[in-house]
Amino acid sequence: MSTAVGVASVALIVLLAVAAPLVAGYDPQSGSAAALQPPLSSGHTLGTDNLGRDIWAELVFGARVSLAVGVFAATSAVLIGTVIGAVAGYTGGWVDATLMRLAEFFQVVPRFVLALIVVALFGSGLAKLIVVIGLLAWPQTARLVRASFLSLREAPFVDAARVGGMGPTSIIVHEILPNVLAPILVTGSLDVASAILLEAGLGFFGLGDPNLVSWGSMLNQAQQYLRQAWWMSLFPGLAISVAVLSFNVLGDRLNDALNPRLRGA
Amino acid sequence: MTGQPLLDVRDLAVAIGRQADAPRVVDGVSLTVGRGEIVGLVGESGCGKSMSAFAIAGLFPTPAARVVQGSVLLAGRDLTTLDARARRATLGKDLGMVFQDPSSFLDPLMRVGDQVAESLRVRGQNSGAWTRVVELLALMELPEPRETARRYPHELSGGQRQRVLIAAALALQPSLLIADEPTTALDTTVQASILDLLLKLRRTLQLSVLLITHDLGVIAETCDRVYVMYAGRVVETNTTEQLFRAPRHPYTRGLLRGTLAVETQTADLFSIPGTVPDLRHMPSGCRFHPRCPLAIEVCVTRDPPLTARRDLSGADACWRAQEPAAAHVWEDVTWSR
Amino acid sequence: MQAVPLLLGVIVVNFLLIQLAPGDPTTVLVGDYPAPAEYVAQVRHDFGLDEPVPVRLASYLGQLAHGNLGYSFANRQSVAGLIGERLGSTLELTLTALVAATIAGILLGVLAAVKRGGAADGGAQVVSLAGFSVPEFWLGQILIVVFAVVLGWLPSQGNRSVRSTAQGLDAVLEALRYLLLPALALSFRYLALISRLTRASMLEVLNADYILAARARGAPERTVLFAHALRNAAAPIITVVGYNLGFIFAGSALIETVFGWPGIGRLLFDSVSKRDYPVLLGVLLLVSATVVLVNLITDVVHALIDPRVRYR
Repeated sequence: MSTAVGVASVALIVLLAVAAPLVAGYDPQSGSAAALQPPLSSGHTLGTDNLGRDIWAELVFGARVSLAVGVFAATSAVLIGTVIGAVAGYTGGWVDATLMRLAEFFQVVPRFVLALIVVALFGSGLAKLIVVIGLLAWPQTARLVRASFLSLREAPFVDAARVGGMGPTSIIVHEILPNVLAPILVTGSLDVASAILLEAGLGFFGLGDPNLVSWGSMLNQAQQYLRQAWWMSLFPGLAISVAVLSFNVLGDRLNDALNPRLRGA
Repeated sequence: MTGQPLLDVRDLAVAIGRQADAPRVVDGVSLTVGRGEIVGLVGESGCGKSMSAFAIAGLFPTPAARVVQGSVLLAGRDLTTLDARARRATLGKDLGMVFQDPSSFLDPLMRVGDQVAESLRVRGQNSGAWTRVVELLALMELPEPRETARRYPHELSGGQRQRVLIAAALALQPSLLIADEPTTALDTTVQASILDLLLKLRRTLQLSVLLITHDLGVIAETCDRVYVMYAGRVVETNTTEQLFRAPRHPYTRGLLRGTLAVETQTADLFSIPGTVPDLRHMPSGCRFHPRCPLAIEVCVTRDPPLTARRDLSGADACWRAQEPAAAHVWEDVTWSR
Repeated sequence: MQAVPLLLGVIVVNFLLIQLAPGDPTTVLVGDYPAPAEYVAQVRHDFGLDEPVPVRLASYLGQLAHGNLGYSFANRQSVAGLIGERLGSTLELTLTALVAATIAGILLGVLAAVKRGGAADGGAQVVSLAGFSVPEFWLGQILIVVFAVVLGWLPSQGNRSVRSTAQGLDAVLEALRYLLLPALALSFRYLALISRLTRASMLEVLNADYILAARARGAPERTVLFAHALRNAAAPIITVVGYNLGFIFAGSALIETVFGWPGIGRLLFDSVSKRDYPVLLGVLLLVSATVVLVNLITDVVHALIDPRVRYR
């Protein structure tokens, strides 16, 4: 898949999510029609679910949840990761060792199981999902930023800034960070993809925000109706796959385009 | 079997790429190696000498390279006409190969003995293979051959690794050994011992060796005859003795002057100014003319053929090699570094 | 990676979760289920819940050291017992999926690298893109719809028929019929991961000098690929497979739920809806311990393959 297709499908998902009330046609929360109508039945192109809710309406409103969780969780992961990675890489020594051990811990412990338990204990909700997923996804960014900082902190232009009397915070923010932005953007994009997947898994386990329709919770509903209504499973699953694929492709292509090795320090 | 050379390469050309006008790294090379003879192929890096060696073996490090012209007769059989399977059967059996960097040409995860035994085992000769390995390692003058066979490459020194590679190449007693810069990656004392080993193997096994090197010093110590290559062509050939005593091509003279400068440790380390030309932008006429202090108009327009001279042994490809001026070719050159 | 600090880290995280969860820690330790007052008092005492935090941590470690993962009132059984009963069927599913994905992924990756730009390479690219994007539990649902509902070829729920009287080979075949779909769904992501890694690793190794040297000895391509190239390409593959075993456990939780597979994942799902916290914490500990163990095994395997690691 090319960059253009990746960008276009991300744009389409964003557009549908923003314009959800306009394009949905139905209220995604209240069943207004007969239950379990197959796709292409009158007025319900993708059919209805077991409560008579329009699948298309649920999908476009579900996109809001997936995107919100994906983008905000990835953003917080990137922010946390950048701060931790910058501190570790710039400071070095035992601070670095401790922080990297912590990152290793979060990379090794199965994220889904940990997220599931935290949400089960602390209760669900959009904001909580974002915080939990963000808190679990930062190590990737942190390692990357740390590696760049390790190689850049001795670079001549950083030395020059240091001799020029620039403080560590200024050096980190103004001198080193701009050089790390490209790879951060790449992991950020891949983080969105994995956050969407993680949220879908939690939703499937019945741990999504109880007040919102999400793709994962639709698949949870679908599980009981696999014999009667395949469309309840097919469309939300496709939506998740396409969204995740789009962000993955975007990240891959960004990586090719912004290859940090091709960028001079 | 007298008179007929073991290896007879005629008009060999190698191109990089599939298209008809693909650039030729090797362009019309002919050479022979007699039985029990050590023949040198010398030139700067990028002049096509390694490619010639790979083309003779029919084995290229890059898939884009292919033989486009010429024949390679080994003991009278043309290797270029063989299919892949028959070609593979000759590798290790009729000709063995030794390469430049012994550390990267040994599989790091395999006991060196198993690598020496490989050419035996892939031909189903399993029984007695290990005994043969130990014999070979002893022949290569490796200490404690029995123990060494069980070691891994990282446990051996550079010189020991090269001995292992030579043993692996000779496991099936091929009559020809192609050695591509076998001593370049080694330090000087080890270099000398590996060259001594090659000389000994030639005596004891009647081995023929095609030795590829950029170092005329190596040639002087080991070779009976020499081919000098430049930009994909042979520009001069002669017996080692004659080549060193009376070089004719300005390129050979330049290489020799560089070698002498190193050996006598003169302050002015000489190397021929300029670089080997890019494949895609071959100079017209004599390919050496842009770097040659003797170049005149004919050198720019007409390509000199490799020509034998009356009263002289060997051959050269230079329009001006016979002129007295040629003897002083590099003397006035002040581009030395 | 060091095993002991990691395991301690998991235990501390578990402890923090118990302490920080809303409500009383006893709720977490007992579960949101009516339990006798004596038992609650017992838990308060065993875990030192009336003591200051450091003492609590010590008591918690003490209980774990005695193998006490708590008691599930929802199931009227000890957590260790519950997990133990289901460990076998989870291992059956995850190991099958992992082995299948590893074999198929390596073959696909080798083929893609050798015939670079060919059909297998294209297939490998599609598999790796799809494998990282399709949620495995949804893939499971679709497999059920196609192979169980529409075609009716394979069973969709459980790991054996309740009325089964099959013996010997028939019993094995029956087990395989139940195993096929969930293992397929679970293995897809690893197939993608492993084939992608194998391809990249093989492409690098095939350019190595020792490959040329092996060819120069007349070694046939089969020997070159499997005796030399794949062995050298294996190290990064093994590392990643090892690191991902924790994730295959997580994926298994979702897949077991989809296929009604009576394993630990299914237990996890049921415990979430029953708010049976002791089981959740027990499963987290078990999964983390498995990850640690697998990482140790990975290091050992690595050393077996690479003599340079062994002697270091």
